[in-house]
Amino acid sequence: MTRAYISCDMASVALGADDIAEALTAAGCTVIRTGARGLFAIEPLVEIETTDGARIAYGPVEPEDVPAILDDTHPNRIGDLATLPFFAKQQRFTFARCGITDPLSMADYTAHDGWKGLAAARALPPQAVVDAVKASGLRGRGGAGFPTGIKWQTVLDAASPEKFIVCNADEGDSGTFADRMLMEGDPYCLLEGMAIAGHAVGASHGYIYVRSEYPFAIRALNAAIERAGPILAPFTVEVRVGAGAYVCGEETALLESIEGKRGQVRAKPPLPAIQGLFGQPTVINNVLSLAAIPFILAEGPERYAEVGFSRSRGTMPVQLAGNVKNGGLFEIGFGITLGELVNDIGGGTESGRPVRAVQVGGPLGAYFPPSMFDLAFDYEAFAAAGGLIGHAGITVFDDTVDMAAMARFAMEFCAVESCGKCTPCRIGSTRGVETLDRIIGDRIKGAAQREQALEAMPQMRNAKVKHRSVDEEIGVLRDLCETMKFGSLCALGGFTPYPVLSALDHFPEDFGGARALPQAAE
Amino acid sequence: MGWIGEIDLGTKPMPVTGPLVSLTIDGQPVDVPAGTSIMRAAALMGTNIPKLCATDTLESFGSCRICLVEIDGRAGYPASCTTPVTPGMVVRTQTDKLAKLRKGVMELYISDHPLDCLTCSANGDCELQDQAGAVGLRDVRYGYDGANHLDAAKDESNPYFTFDPAKCIVCSRCVRACDEVQGTLALTVDGRGFSSHIAASQDEDFLSSECVSCGACVQACPTSALIEKEVIKVGTPDKAVITTCAYCGVGCTFRAEMRGEQLVRMVPWKDGKANRGHSCVKGRFAWGYANHKERILNPMIRASVHEPWREVSWEEAIAHTASEFRRIQSTYGTRAVGGITSSRCTNEETFLVQKLIRQGFGNNNVDTCARVCHSPTGYGLKTTFGTSAGTQDFDSVQHSDVILVIGANPTDGHPVFASRMKRRLRQGAKLIVIDPRRTDLVRSPHIEAAHHLSLRPGTNVAVLTAMAHVIVTEGLFDEAYIRERCDWDEYEDWAAFVSEDHRSPEASAEITGVDPDELRKAARLYATGGNGAIYYGLGVTEHSQGSSTVMAIANLAMATGNVGREGVGVNPLRGQNNVQGACDMGSFPHEFSGYRHVSDPEARAMFEDAWGVPLDDEPGLRIPNMLDAATDGAFKALFIQGEDILQSDPNTAHVAAGLAAMECVVVQDLFLNETANYAHVFLPGSTFLEKDGTFTNAERRIQRVRKVMSPLNGFADWEIVQMVAQAMGLGWNYTHPSEIMDEIAALTPSFANVHYDALEEHGSLQWPATAAAPLGTPTMHLDGFVRGKGRFVVTDYVATDEKTGPRFPLLLTTGRILSHYNVGAQTRRTDNVAWHPEDLLEIHPHDAENRGLHDGQWVSLRSRAGETTLRALVTERVAPGVVYTTFHHPTTQANVITTDFSDWATNCPEYKVTAVQVSPSNGPSDWQESYEAQAKRSRRIEPRLEPAE
Repeated sequence: MTRAYISCDMASVALGADDIAEALTAAGCTVIRTGARGLFAIEPLVEIETTDGARIAYGPVEPEDVPAILDDTHPNRIGDLATLPFFAKQQRFTFARCGITDPLSMADYTAHDGWKGLAAARALPPQAVVDAVKASGLRGRGGAGFPTGIKWQTVLDAASPEKFIVCNADEGDSGTFADRMLMEGDPYCLLEGMAIAGHAVGASHGYIYVRSEYPFAIRALNAAIERAGPILAPFTVEVRVGAGAYVCGEETALLESIEGKRGQVRAKPPLPAIQGLFGQPTVINNVLSLAAIPFILAEGPERYAEVGFSRSRGTMPVQLAGNVKNGGLFEIGFGITLGELVNDIGGGTESGRPVRAVQVGGPLGAYFPPSMFDLAFDYEAFAAAGGLIGHAGITVFDDTVDMAAMARFAMEFCAVESCGKCTPCRIGSTRGVETLDRIIGDRIKGAAQREQALEAMPQMRNAKVKHRSVDEEIGVLRDLCETMKFGSLCALGGFTPYPVLSALDHFPEDFGGARALPQAAE
Repeated sequence: MGWIGEIDLGTKPMPVTGPLVSLTIDGQPVDVPAGTSIMRAAALMGTNIPKLCATDTLESFGSCRICLVEIDGRAGYPASCTTPVTPGMVVRTQTDKLAKLRKGVMELYISDHPLDCLTCSANGDCELQDQAGAVGLRDVRYGYDGANHLDAAKDESNPYFTFDPAKCIVCSRCVRACDEVQGTLALTVDGRGFSSHIAASQDEDFLSSECVSCGACVQACPTSALIEKEVIKVGTPDKAVITTCAYCGVGCTFRAEMRGEQLVRMVPWKDGKANRGHSCVKGRFAWGYANHKERILNPMIRASVHEPWREVSWEEAIAHTASEFRRIQSTYGTRAVGGITSSRCTNEETFLVQKLIRQGFGNNNVDTCARVCHSPTGYGLKTTFGTSAGTQDFDSVQHSDVILVIGANPTDGHPVFASRMKRRLRQGAKLIVIDPRRTDLVRSPHIEAAHHLSLRPGTNVAVLTAMAHVIVTEGLFDEAYIRERCDWDEYEDWAAFVSEDHRSPEASAEITGVDPDELRKAARLYATGGNGAIYYGLGVTEHSQGSSTVMAIANLAMATGNVGREGVGVNPLRGQNNVQGACDMGSFPHEFSGYRHVSDPEARAMFEDAWGVPLDDEPGLRIPNMLDAATDGAFKALFIQGEDILQSDPNTAHVAAGLAAMECVVVQDLFLNETANYAHVFLPGSTFLEKDGTFTNAERRIQRVRKVMSPLNGFADWEIVQMVAQAMGLGWNYTHPSEIMDEIAALTPSFANVHYDALEEHGSLQWPATAAAPLGTPTMHLDGFVRGKGRFVVTDYVATDEKTGPRFPLLLTTGRILSHYNVGAQTRRTDNVAWHPEDLLEIHPHDAENRGLHDGQWVSLRSRAGETTLRALVTERVAPGVVYTTFHHPTTQANVITTDFSDWATNCPEYKVTAVQVSPSNGPSDWQESYEAQAKRSRRIEPRLEPAE
């Protein structure tokens, strides 16, 4: 009987994968649901297994295409996916199995090198495992880029009868989906990484904090936890589902949420590694950090570290989104340039218009113009350029984008998602929206038309009575960004200035100011 | 509050556990204990880093972001409140960058804050105002046309404070105070981001929320968002006097903040060792009775209780009192008169009253209200340990691992201590509650008892003996401790007694109603769970076996080695502010001050020498005996200072009959209390705000009471007693209470080192304070029991004679509620009535349904002693078969119902067990109606005709 592989990933299903699967089943095929391959321009995608075990891909396809697929006459025949440049160029360490195996098949996972890392780790004393992670150069893939091995060392060194492994799967950045793809497409990989972490630091229980918007991932994880229980033992894992707050992706707010409290950021210190979940030493890592661990232990840290650029070692699952032709997941060693990612891999905009800006690192990341496309994908290089890699989501915009509106969106996003604990974020984000509204209003209507409401309060004797110019308003906005950047308690308020300042710096013409301000960041 | 005197170092102190950490702040070296925050280290060397969300009574929070500093070698601008010092750290608190950041944050704050400082009630006492000045804010460039909270509605529901969200800066200090200090967790921040706002319970108004009005939030608030209504009305205070609360036995110390002679607010004193800066609704807010219109300010006399009162001069009142007592003694004999000291008055005043009786009346007919509360504690602990007091200080609970609470409801009765206990429980200590009711401690936010033994009222001894049975038969006792510190033979006798089969949990379950399995687990937990501390209240003492229960508790503690160090002990939660002191001061008919028997020739000689008269060596009459003697015609005159025996003592009808049979009853009080209805002389008393003296709290802590205003009645109570003594020819001549304390110290060995200058220097002293322990004794029996060897006493369970039957099938037990204090004379004359305007009868839904009763209905409550009516509260807090009420309101007169059964050793009344019946009713009982009429008649006052000048 013919074996057909179709993704069960939420994005694939949204594009119609279930209907294709149904049609193929009706046609007598054995359908195997896999994770997503990661290139959504070719979804819904079907792969038909040949007699020699190879897979021939077709995509995108429709349910009525089934006969053409089965007699190999479909015009969208791709053939061997690995030969497509999008895949051929990748270095899939973390996502090696994703799109190939049945996510919940223990046999598949084992057959594709699963559990090798855990076995290797358990043959080593905890310190040796931590040393291996240190040697790999792995840094936190959630965005902060803190060396994972050093974090683990802190937890290993903390004397406590109880420790925890917490996986941050509250993937809330716009344009990011790598965590979800991995949890849906290769959940055992994450569990294996957590069990290795548990062994390394002396923790016996783990939590995966998943956002409620990921029902497929939650289902997959729960099923995987049940099936892998005996192998993970004595380590145990449970899934906790978030309640829709973006800020709960911030590690300390996430811990509060798991503890059943209001999702509010904690001040650090104490570091979660010393006093984390329920006051106990806690490893809190992103999905991608933990999912990189099995490879490192199975293949050796040198194998992982030999890929990369400068102090950024190993691979990064880059997510291309927004107005881009080849949207999807692209895992590659650090060092590739932004331009290669957007133009060569991503194929430019979906609309066919020129790229004007890309935002890297989610809604709190900086906007870059094409003039900066030679920037190497590297934590330090991006920081030096006034930006951040974050969770490696890249959102592409064409030349119709209004960058003042995008700056306003950044402030609005912060205002909506702020937990309200610290003042710069709680009040500053709202004042940021208001200030940008004045700037945008002036640009549209002309400054003279604006209502003179600023000094409506009689007590405001010391406020400027005269209407402020746009440049003065921009000065207020820059001051606010400085207050938020250096004064906020966590990265939500602290990073909101990145998109705002980068928009101001690189696209001053959208703000209606007298002239472009100097490019240098403060 | 940042107001005068109280220095706020921003974050909590850290204990010194090792070498100090040296660092440099603004070029100045400083050494502080490890773990100290940069903010506190700077404050200790006199550098105030701007702050708003930090205060040194709460855990640091890090939300306001104006305390940012720069640290060499560290990126960014860490908050100084949440960053601990490290060795060699170099910190800068003032740089241009920091100034700009702080100003930027302050600009945001003020962009959502009304600029009405000049008319704001916190003007001059506002941290936001201070800090805006400190950071040099000159301009708010965002204007006021943006989003704001300036029109948010003010919540004025709480009678004592208001919440104005427009003034709120969402620093969460109130929320954290409610969580960390009070432990009620009534407040939260609701909403997120800019919509974040403080919410009480489910966004209710404060009065209808779970808020217990302890005032911690108001104290923590840096602005006028939460502020006392009295401050809004009067203005900010201009001076403060430290004094001690006159409500319960916790003995909280307060800063009485004044404006001239007007009291503006009472703020718990941070350095108070009993309360550590916390308070409850009574001490914090319910002091308005001091100026209540019903307070009597002129002395009054009358020939008969059927006549109206006649206002007279002090001279006439005093002379009349002295001559009446002399007349009665010459007619009926020396022992026909007596007096009652007050647990509400100071040590010095109490000492003077018993001195008046022993020296002036020439007999020992003195008793005190401890008779009706903790007399069994005195007897039981003296018998077993050798001292008539609790063994620990309140701080001790911070070291407890297992806390056993029996017959006490601290969240209502001793709320400030309860908050500390709850803090320890939230840290993980285990709790055992032995109580017929499901009190708040059994289960409340973040607190849950490991075991609640819901026993039948009156079976304490059986339950404690069953616990002892488990401890002995399962080998959980501490043999080494017992052999070293106790009498082993007595232990063996006791162990054999408790080990008998019929004292097992299983065998006694029929009597107690307690699940034997649960009881066994509780006993094991107490014996093996680490430091075990027992806290108990009147649910232990006010029984026919009160003294036995106290000794049964002492037995358990000795058997498990839980006496003589921090974190353990036997701790009576004493009811009144100075009930410990009143007992210490010789208020009992058989004891001089310091618990020395009147028959002890050595002790008697000491007093005879000092007072220059021979003293009676026969113990005098107890209160119930005085009343019995009065109805028999042998007892004719009673001097009562600050106690309302008619309302507080059991079997009201009997008390009334006794008083009515006397020829001269003198009542010295603030108000015409219920007892005054039977009085012939009324001497207006002074409040604790109007005099100097000392109170002794439940942890034996002697603390100063300081005069904050002149007595409205003209004299402090000690002066009034002195005038009576002088009129009787005793030649007293005290010019200040400190002289009375000097006399107490000279005559009382355990008080040898207690003098006012020592109290000033150390803040407080816990007796014994002797040459051997000049600074007092926080923990008793450290190296061995005071009496020598700890004594195990066999405590056989004897059922009370008060039994349920077909006529009276339910058991009534009585108690208190948070907002009211005892007979309510004070709290009923404050806005605390907002929470509890009347006494209610708690009844289980099953019992209510059987009787066709519904919630809020008038019911008749009858016992063989009497009948009253009140409204029903149908609740599962009480077990089926048990009903409960409070005794705060004279219109209910719960003690009409209670009987004259009492403790076998001390006559402490059996308030906690009365067989009753409950039935529907449609109005007040006959007793209530006739009492009301009598009280109204008796309270008539004829104004004094002022002689023309």
